[in-house]
Amino acid sequence: FAEFDDAANLLAANPDATTISIDEPVEIPKNQHSRLQEPGREEDDELLGTDDSDKTELLAGQKKSAPFWTFEYYQTFFDVDTYQVLDRIKGSVFPVPGKNFVRLYIRSNPDLYGPFWICATLVFTIAVSGNLSNFFIHLGKPTYHYVPEFRKVSIAATTIYAYAWLVPLALWGFLVWRNSKVMNIVSYSFLEIVCVYGYSLFIYIPTAILWIIPQKVVRWVLVVFSLCLSGSVLVMTFWPAVRDDNRRIALATVGTILLLHALLAVGCLAYFFDAPELDFPAPIIPAHNGTTVTTKSR
Amino acid sequence: FPGLADVSISQDIPVEGEITVPVGSHSPDEDYSTLDEPVRDTIMRDLKAVGKKFVHVMYPRKSSTLLRDWDLWGPLVLCVSLALMLQGGSADSKDDGGPQFAEVFVIIWFGAVVITLNSKLLGGTISFFQSLCVLGYCVLPLTVAMLVCRLVLLVGTGTISFIIRLLVVVAMFGWSTLASTAFLADSQPPNRKALVVYPIFLFYFVISWMILTFTPQ
Repeated sequence: FAEFDDAANLLAANPDATTISIDEPVEIPKNQHSRLQEPGREEDDELLGTDDSDKTELLAGQKKSAPFWTFEYYQTFFDVDTYQVLDRIKGSVFPVPGKNFVRLYIRSNPDLYGPFWICATLVFTIAVSGNLSNFFIHLGKPTYHYVPEFRKVSIAATTIYAYAWLVPLALWGFLVWRNSKVMNIVSYSFLEIVCVYGYSLFIYIPTAILWIIPQKVVRWVLVVFSLCLSGSVLVMTFWPAVRDDNRRIALATVGTILLLHALLAVGCLAYFFDAPELDFPAPIIPAHNGTTVTTKSR
Repeated sequence: FPGLADVSISQDIPVEGEITVPVGSHSPDEDYSTLDEPVRDTIMRDLKAVGKKFVHVMYPRKSSTLLRDWDLWGPLVLCVSLALMLQGGSADSKDDGGPQFAEVFVIIWFGAVVITLNSKLLGGTISFFQSLCVLGYCVLPLTVAMLVCRLVLLVGTGTISFIIRLLVVVAMFGWSTLASTAFLADSQPPNRKALVVYPIFLFYFVISWMILTFTPQ
């Protein structure tokens, strides 16, 4: 009955608040955070595991009540604690088959902290790892002079932030358009889609660090492995949203999501990490006019 | 207001006094105007404030001097000197070299602004410029590391010089992060401290990387 105690304190603080003194619980004023109800609600959801879409919609509307030109409006997007961010990251790395990432972890509290800082970390991890891997690959050669390749940081930043924000925008627009044609049970807000994409990119951070290893096989195994993990998070999130639609459109949507995700991984590997040289010396081909030409196999 | 009709002000309560609020002592020799002092005094006062903050960064204690009287002179001087020292790196083509002056400048200031916004959005109680001031001043150990690296590179560029530079940069990176965390951590809500400290760690890591990968012509 913590709500009644809090209500009494509220009443003492703000005597002008309207109260309804019937058997119903006291009305909480608009500016009170909905966090009072959340601990109990989360426990219920763990036990029942039901879709509480109508309740979450109500609470979502109740939370973001500040007008968009105030600072408080943007603070609602950073309303996460450390353990929540860590839980969401864990959920993106170890996807539970059958459980929806958004329903399980986001629960109408999408945050912008995770997507923004995971993307920032990924940008610098790819740039630094690429630079390190190129350094180790070319280390023994006498003609090699180390360069920091700083320009690649801006390219990495543009690519990753564009992927993490424009693709969710396009996907959200597409889902809204399909929603107007076919009534879907599950629909996501733009921020929830950004959240899923941001957290699903987390697996690429350790992958990028492991890409330093200059073995082609290792790198491609890592690509496939990380693509499976983060791709499965995305598929399990978006399949319920397009499942009720035309079969071909649903498959095409999920296929496009996976294809873009794979393109990002492969593109980053190809651009930032030079191919490892082969170990045996390159063959010397005598040209017709007597000069020797060495070919380097890349 | 019907209830106040029978209340009357008693005649022995004085309803008189001075309206003006005293602004301090009025004697002209205790005037704190800084307009008439010699220029040297003005400059020395600001320089002493900046110097005191440098000392606070090098020996971080829980004092609130950095927070209370913020200024951005120190961060500007540090940022410009760091960006200048990162010039002159080698490059085969323009695209492969180290960061340009503008890139270092933008990374430091834009990074500090983003971290400050992040901590405020997470519910921190520190003000915008105070946080910028702390983050800027805590670049001092890394600037010292850059100076040491350039001196070591004058002597030699082999493996030993690399190991020395690596150790110096790692030590200064740790010092910077710990110093700024010591000043900023108290103003954050307790269950979000790690969320605020991590971007600071990333910020100084990027600056340390730029310092470590500097190779001269």
